[in-house]
Amino acid sequence: MAEGSGSLYDPRRHVRILSERVRDVSSVDYPGHFPGEDHSWDLAKFTENFHLEVQRLSQRSVEFDLVGVDASIANAFRRIMIAEVPTVAIESVYAWDNTSIIVDEVLSQRIGLIPIHVDPRRIDVKSEGDESTDRNTLVFNLDVRCSRNTKAKRGATADSELYINHEVLSSHLQWVPQGEQAEVFEADPPRATNPNIVLAKLRPGQAVKMELHAVRGVGKDHAKFSPVATASYRLLPLVVLNPDKPVPKESAEKFAACFAPGVIHVDKRSGKVRVEEKNLRKDTVSREVLRHPEFEGCVELKRIRDFFLFHVESESAYPPEDLLPEAIQILRGKIAAIRQATEALLDEDQTMDSQDAMQTD
Amino acid sequence: MSCATFQIHDESHTIGNTLRWMIMKNPMVEFCGYSVPHPSENHINLRIQMYDGLSAIQALLSALGNLDSLCEVVDDKYKESLKHGSYERWEEKS
Repeated sequence: MAEGSGSLYDPRRHVRILSERVRDVSSVDYPGHFPGEDHSWDLAKFTENFHLEVQRLSQRSVEFDLVGVDASIANAFRRIMIAEVPTVAIESVYAWDNTSIIVDEVLSQRIGLIPIHVDPRRIDVKSEGDESTDRNTLVFNLDVRCSRNTKAKRGATADSELYINHEVLSSHLQWVPQGEQAEVFEADPPRATNPNIVLAKLRPGQAVKMELHAVRGVGKDHAKFSPVATASYRLLPLVVLNPDKPVPKESAEKFAACFAPGVIHVDKRSGKVRVEEKNLRKDTVSREVLRHPEFEGCVELKRIRDFFLFHVESESAYPPEDLLPEAIQILRGKIAAIRQATEALLDEDQTMDSQDAMQTD
Repeated sequence: MSCATFQIHDESHTIGNTLRWMIMKNPMVEFCGYSVPHPSENHINLRIQMYDGLSAIQALLSALGNLDSLCEVVDDKYKESLKHGSYERWEEKS
């Protein structure tokens, strides 16, 4: 397994998991913490130690290892993916007709939460007071009327057979191109990411007719704009056996059962246990092993403080593998904005200093 | 100005904690910390105190530069891993 920065068994990288508490959680890799050691920022050293590896990828989710960074950095990526990567969601609902049993405001709330498949990079932000234009707003129509299915077989009981349109689905959203939108989105027309979301149930005679306006926004404003279903990380678990106190042969199987399947390998003939390093990430760190007195002192449970196992599930127009690069770009944008403001502050500071010098002269 | 508190608007723990970490990596920094004074006020306070009367603004600027280069490394390595890595591809039903 790729360890990234050094050995997994370096005690400085360990968060200790004890039976009733967790120790050494905070990182201490700062200048001045260890006497005679240099822990100041060094890009070359960081680049050498840093390790990033994609583990699994599907059309909906990605798993990757981020190794050799501080928790504050990993957490910034996670936070940005959840709350600051923009997506498009329905913000205004104009209800012309709603005779379903779900009231307008509840139905509107549900409609707002539908993930919309449209590249947010092609839509401008609509700030407060801005007029709606074809650059910042997408319009959808929702027009569903339920009726009796006259061709239903005798004795049919299923709603889908008895009625036509007995459900308002996200696939009923009809995109209405405005202005230049028909050309811009021709190749990949805006639609609901998942066509099977039930928004309301209808009975014959009931109808929903609404106009929906979608805009671009970010998750910190409203969760409906969040591009991810989950974006989370956990630290790599580590199980360290004590060579001075081996696990008793007769309870080897019991020992292995304390961990997730595959983490502990029991040799059938000798009854010796060993840790399967490549399966360590499967462990849940349930601490079950610490409950049994016969295993006391046999094993230590740890996590690697700078080994982040990310799991990101996209629930938007972004392919899952694009979310981290987007988050990085947003973080760099923030850095650039703060740098600009700081430089302005520096100029101000210098002119103030020179004025002070003139006064003392 | 060797000691300063910077108020950064429209920012939160995301930037506060990363900047704090990077500024603390500077050996000439005596103290660095940040706070979110109130959850419904959208700003953070970032405190920097320097040794030897050095400029706190300069420390902030260099930390911003370092953070940017860190982001670049992460971005490059991610894209490289995505392009050349041997990872498992699978079909996920939604």
